[in-house]
Amino acid sequence: MRLFDERSPIYRQIAEQIKADILNGVLPENTQVMSTNQYAAFYRINPATAAKGFQQLVDEQILYKKRGVGMFVSPDARDRLREQRRARFFTDVVDQMVAEAKVIGVPLADIVHYIQHAQSAGDAENGGQR
Amino acid sequence: MSPGIEVHNLHLRYGKTTALRDLTFSLSGGKICGLLGRNGSGKTSLLSVLASLRPAPGGSVTIGGEAPFENPRVMPRVCFIPAAGKGASDSADSTRVRTALDLAAATRPRWDRDYAQHLLERFGLPLDKRLSSLSLGMRSALNVTIGLAARAPVTLFDESYLGMDAHARYAFYEELLDDYMATPRTIILSTHLIEEIGSLLEEVVIIDRGRLVLHEDAETLRSQGAVCTGPAEAVDDFTAGMTVLGEQRLGQTKATTVYGPLDDRERERAHAAGLELGPVALQDLFVHLTKELEGSR
Repeated sequence: MRLFDERSPIYRQIAEQIKADILNGVLPENTQVMSTNQYAAFYRINPATAAKGFQQLVDEQILYKKRGVGMFVSPDARDRLREQRRARFFTDVVDQMVAEAKVIGVPLADIVHYIQHAQSAGDAENGGQR
Repeated sequence: MSPGIEVHNLHLRYGKTTALRDLTFSLSGGKICGLLGRNGSGKTSLLSVLASLRPAPGGSVTIGGEAPFENPRVMPRVCFIPAAGKGASDSADSTRVRTALDLAAATRPRWDRDYAQHLLERFGLPLDKRLSSLSLGMRSALNVTIGLAARAPVTLFDESYLGMDAHARYAFYEELLDDYMATPRTIILSTHLIEEIGSLLEEVVIIDRGRLVLHEDAETLRSQGAVCTGPAEAVDDFTAGMTVLGEQRLGQTKATTVYGPLDDRERERAHAAGLELGPVALQDLFVHLTKELEGSR
């Protein structure tokens, strides 16, 4: 089993994974994250590599250090990550989709219709709220 | 503090054959370093000088600041695990596994008997068997057991996985990492199976024909290479002036592997030119970097 793609810096993949866990609520605010050694043992990576991933998140203020205790999720980490992702959403996700639609000839109206349909189906599933 | 290793202008010849040429690099202590090189590149020669199996004939080597050869302060702190099957005596050896372990226990000041026992069980090594009747994989497992349980501050594994099946190799990597974290030390792993151990390494030293090709932080190395794919002309424009490691063509499309850091501006330039930039695996980088010198072979 390969947990990490050998082809890009592993510490960056670690940072991305922790960010994803914070975004989807697996790691709530102020919870302690695994130590670098636990992380290294679990994913079979060099502890210095794991430490580098953690350091990147500390630099971005996603995690904070408590001396002698460990690393914790910053109180506003999730909000800030959501904001970052929202800022990139249209360029990263929508522009790509529009480009692909143009190449294969899907009319934009069809996409809009599809999204509206998916939205209302989702609302119905949630008990018709909103 | 685990001892660091300094190699300065190291030169080694066997008769007319030059095994190591002007090798200079320095490893800080307490790291796992991968020593990568093709067959015959000088990996074993280098390790055997570090292990005091031979003196440094030209240039110098120090471990923890001292020359290791016949040095009673350094030698007990260095454990060299040669590749199984390389010693001529292996296949004729009537020693039993138990005796080999007793010998290691007696000569290794930091030997951990319980840990050795744990490893024996994990690798399924039979204590009563003679070394001559062990398979290559089992002999490797015994070597690995000795290398790990010796807990030497400097541990050198020379292609120690030979003949081990995937289960045994992964058990070795797992034990190595866990024990390294529990008891930090300076470890050198020589290999050409980079894909398997890449994530264990903090540093990488690549040698070829006895020369140093590079010494780099493993994570930095991983971000150094890129494969640039697109229309041949656009690729050539973009890669002009870069260190090109390899090129492939498929019709009008060209894929060029470059080595060196690419900043955001260059990535944007590639994107604007309709080129795709992909990462290069450590193994591929190694193959490219050591192939480059093929012309001089």
